[in-house]
Amino acid sequence: MPGDAELAVRIGAKSYPAAGGRRAVLRDVAFAGRGGEILALLAPSGSGKTTILRIVLGLDREFEGEVVRPEGRLGVMFQEPRLLPWLTVAGNLRLVGGTAADIAGLLAAVGLAGTETLHPKALSLGMARRVALVRALLGKPRMLVLDEPFASLDPRAAGELAALVVRAARRDGALVLLSTHDLDQGLGIADRLLVLAGTPASLAADCPTSQAGRAPNAPARPHFKQKLLTRFPFLSAEPAPEGAP
Amino acid sequence: MSGAAARGRALSLAAFVGLWWGAALIARNPALLPAPPAVLGFAWHATLSGAMPRNIAITSLRVAAAFVISMLAGSAVGYIAGRSRRADTLIDPWLVILLNLPVLVVVVLCYIWIGLNDVAAVLAVALVKMPTVMVTVREGARALDPGFDELASVYRLAWRQRLRRIVVPQLAPYLAAAGRSGLSITWKIVLIVELLGRPNGVGFALDELFQTFDVAGILAYGFAFAALMLLVEGLLLRPWESHANAWRR
Repeated sequence: MPGDAELAVRIGAKSYPAAGGRRAVLRDVAFAGRGGEILALLAPSGSGKTTILRIVLGLDREFEGEVVRPEGRLGVMFQEPRLLPWLTVAGNLRLVGGTAADIAGLLAAVGLAGTETLHPKALSLGMARRVALVRALLGKPRMLVLDEPFASLDPRAAGELAALVVRAARRDGALVLLSTHDLDQGLGIADRLLVLAGTPASLAADCPTSQAGRAPNAPARPHFKQKLLTRFPFLSAEPAPEGAP
Repeated sequence: MSGAAARGRALSLAAFVGLWWGAALIARNPALLPAPPAVLGFAWHATLSGAMPRNIAITSLRVAAAFVISMLAGSAVGYIAGRSRRADTLIDPWLVILLNLPVLVVVVLCYIWIGLNDVAAVLAVALVKMPTVMVTVREGARALDPGFDELASVYRLAWRQRLRRIVVPQLAPYLAAAGRSGLSITWKIVLIVELLGRPNGVGFALDELFQTFDVAGILAYGFAFAALMLLVEGLLLRPWESHANAWRR
């Protein structure tokens, strides 16, 4: 494992109990990252991305291997918002240590100014996910772990949230580890794409995205994307044909 | 409560008093079934003499102490049993024994082992009530959302914050159910405990009234104390439950 890495993950094997034994879901997944980097785990749904994030967070300890996490605060966004329904938006954010000014500033940045007194029940799923991202960003975390952070958001809202995540990495030096099944989202935000493939899933590629260009219309982007799609056709946005594995 | 519901309750109560009064008139035996005015008259004189307020105050203190102890201890043990399968395996047999032990056995044993004093009286009531609190809270603890535990874990919330902001709000309906049923059972057991071994309180007064077959006095004490407990439920427990569940509406 790299000596100066803040995050070092080595998962030799991970399995779940299943009828008649255990079902292997991950094998040989190893990667590292440091502050300021944005890593995107890229794979179709159900490939083990969330399992890797849970292992990184220390929520799942039943695996072969080891994880070295950065010291200090973590910011987490689960796949579902997980807002406490009995607390208001501000109450949910204060719970993790946000100051009133930080909360107001970040809520305004995600287009939710003035929602502090609302209960989560009054929010749409997209709004609740934005509150969950604000909660993750509060207190300048050393590492952000985001599970499908831009799912169920329209492209504009997804872009605004992506900008906040990039700022947390570039300005505040946070290491960002996120999962996505969307190649364009991964290319749009990540410094490195960690592509999972196979059953059980293993790390098939660790691709720096610098050569693809940052902007969506960067000249090198189509070629880079095509190369990836040729190698990993399951990353295509097109739905898989019925009956396909 | 809506106006229609309040009117319905008042009407039902009036029907109860009317039936009672009618039955007393038909029975024509005030010693066996006194009419409401006779019961009110006893209550008035017992209040003026200070006996009824004193006995009700003493019993209320015992009820409050036993209620608080049974709720705190029962909730703590029930929570642990609901969260840990190993703890539940150890606690469950004790729970089954306590649930099936006759009230009278617990009360008599407490008096024999500890003495005829308030500590024994309150402990006996708390021991009788605690198992039902444990069972209710254990169910609540089993139903806690593990996702919120994970949230608390990754954000490293202090245990006090976890308890106050994450656990108690989820347990609130179970605590309210345990509290409401607990109060009604607790005061009934306290009367038995007082009747068996205390020199004061409503239970003691009922014992004295029983010796003289004073039905008016028995009814006066019974209704007065039941009314007080209904007030406590209506003014304390229900508003707390309503406040704790406000976010669901």
